[in-house]
Amino acid sequence: MNNILENYSKNYSEQIKKRRFWNIFIVLGLFIAILISSSIIDFNVTRIASGIPRLGDYIAKILPNLDTNLLFANSQIEGSVPYWYFNFKKYIILLYETFNMAVLSTLFGFVFALLLSFFSAKNITPNVFSFYFVKRFLEFLRGVPEIIFAILFVWALGVGPLAGIIAMTIHTTGALGKLFSEVHENADLKSCEAIRSSGGGWIPQMRYGILPQVLPNIISYALLRFEINIRASTVIGFVGAGGIGQELYLVINFNYYEEVSAIILLIILTVITIDITSGALRQRIIKGVHD
Amino acid sequence: MGSLQLNSLIKQFGKSSDGRLAVADITLEVTQGEMVGIIGKSGAGKSTLLRMINRLVEPTSGSISFDGTDVTSLKGKALKKWRSECAMIFQQFHLIDRLDVLTNVLTGTLGRRYNILNIFKIFPKEEKINALKALHKLDLSNKALQRVETLSGGEQQRVAIARALMQKPKILLADEPISSLDPKNSKIVMDDIKKINNDEGITVICNLHSLEVAKQYSRRLIGLSEGKIVFDGPPENLTQKLSQELYDLENE
Repeated sequence: MNNILENYSKNYSEQIKKRRFWNIFIVLGLFIAILISSSIIDFNVTRIASGIPRLGDYIAKILPNLDTNLLFANSQIEGSVPYWYFNFKKYIILLYETFNMAVLSTLFGFVFALLLSFFSAKNITPNVFSFYFVKRFLEFLRGVPEIIFAILFVWALGVGPLAGIIAMTIHTTGALGKLFSEVHENADLKSCEAIRSSGGGWIPQMRYGILPQVLPNIISYALLRFEINIRASTVIGFVGAGGIGQELYLVINFNYYEEVSAIILLIILTVITIDITSGALRQRIIKGVHD
Repeated sequence: MGSLQLNSLIKQFGKSSDGRLAVADITLEVTQGEMVGIIGKSGAGKSTLLRMINRLVEPTSGSISFDGTDVTSLKGKALKKWRSECAMIFQQFHLIDRLDVLTNVLTGTLGRRYNILNIFKIFPKEEKINALKALHKLDLSNKALQRVETLSGGEQQRVAIARALMQKPKILLADEPISSLDPKNSKIVMDDIKKINNDEGITVICNLHSLEVAKQYSRRLIGLSEGKIVFDGPPENLTQKLSQELYDLENE
C-alpha cells in the first residue's frame, strides 16, 4: 500500500516538473515574441509618454465651453447647451439615417445569411459541392472589412448611405452566415429524420426540422449583429458612405471642435440605448420565442 | 392487397474489410394487415432493418419490394411517395418541440404538398380537419394548440402516431415506440398501435425491447440476433431457451 502511494507521488511530482518546464518555456517564448514584434512596430515608451498630453489637449479643445448659469439659454448665447447643439436637428436626421443603414443592412444580411447558412452547415448541406462553395463564399464576404467595400461602393455609386448599406449587408451576410451555419451544425436532427421518413424533401426538412429549434439563437445573433452594425455604420460614414459618420469626419477635418464632442456624445448615447434595449430583447428571446 | 417482401437484405456499416454486418441476409414476407413484432437485444439490427424498409438507410445489397414494385430502386418523387406510404414512429418521438401539436401532425403531409406553401406554413383546411380527426382518434384533440414540449412522453408518442396517420400509410414502422415510456403510457401507446392495425388494416412492424409486450400484441414474432432471423412464428412457438438466447442474459 505504502509502495503504491510512494510510486504515485513520485509519478505525480515528475509530471509537475515536466509541466513546469513547459510553462516556463512557453512564457519565455511569448516574452521574446513580444520583444521582437515591438521592435518591428517601432514601439517606444517615450513617444507614448510625450503623445498622451497632446491627446489631452485635443479632448480639452473639443469640449464645449458651458456656462453653468446659461445652460438652458437660447441658441444665440455662447455657453448654453442649445448653442453647443445649434445643429441638433441636422444631427438627429443624420443619426436617423445611420440607424436606418444599420437596420436595413442587418435585415438584408440576415435574410441572405439565413438562406446561405443551410448550405454551409456540414450536417444538413444538400451536397458537398455547395457546402464548400458557400462556405468559401461566406469567408470572402466577411474576410474583407466593410470599410473596404464601402470605399469601393462610394467610388462606384457615389457618396451617400446606399454605398454604406450595401457594404454592411455584404459583411453582415458573411459574418451571420458563419454563425448561423454553426448553430445549424449543433441542431438536433431527429425531427429532420422524421420528416424525411414521411417523404418530405430537403426544403421542408430545413423549414420544420431545423428552423424552429435554431430560431431563438439565430434571432439573438442577428440582434447582436445589429448592435455591431450601429457602431459600424458611424465609422463607415468616414469614407463618404452616409449618416452621422460622414458629418463627424467633416467636422473633425474642419476643426469645428465643439461640434466634434456634440456628435460623439450623441453617438455614444445612441449606441448605449440600443445596446441596452437589444440586450434585454435578446435575453427574452433566448428564454422563449414561439416558432 | 399488397405484401412486403425482403430478399436477402444485407447492411454493412463502414468498410467491407471490417466485416460486421448490421443486417445479415434477411429474407422475409409480411402480408398486408399483419402486426409483426421484431424482438432481439440492442445491436441485433432491428432498427437498421426498419430504416432500410423506409429507405432512411440504404441496403448494401438485397432488395425490398412492395406489391410487386421494387422499393430499393426508387428515386426522387417515387421514393418520397414510398416513404409517405410506410410511416415511421421513433423511440425519441422525433417531433418538433417548439411547434404546436396540430402543426406537428400536419408535417405528415409535407411530402405531398408544394414546398412554397410548406415554407409559409400554409396548410389546406381539409388537411387541418384531417389532422384534428387523427388527434381525436388518439384522444388528443384538446391538446391541438399546445406546444409539443409541454406534453408528456406518452402524449408525444401519440402525436407522432397521429402524424404517421396523416401520411395515409399502408405500413407503420414503429422503432422501439415504448422504450422511453413508463408502463402505463406504454400500454396506451401499444393499444393505439394495435387499434390502428385492427381498424384500418395498416400493416404494423414494431421493434420491441420487451418480449412480454411483443407476445401480448402480435401474433407473429420475428427474432433477430446479430442481424440474422433466428425465429419467425407465433409467440407460443417461442421456446424458453430461444428467448433467453435472444436476450442473452435476460431470464423469464
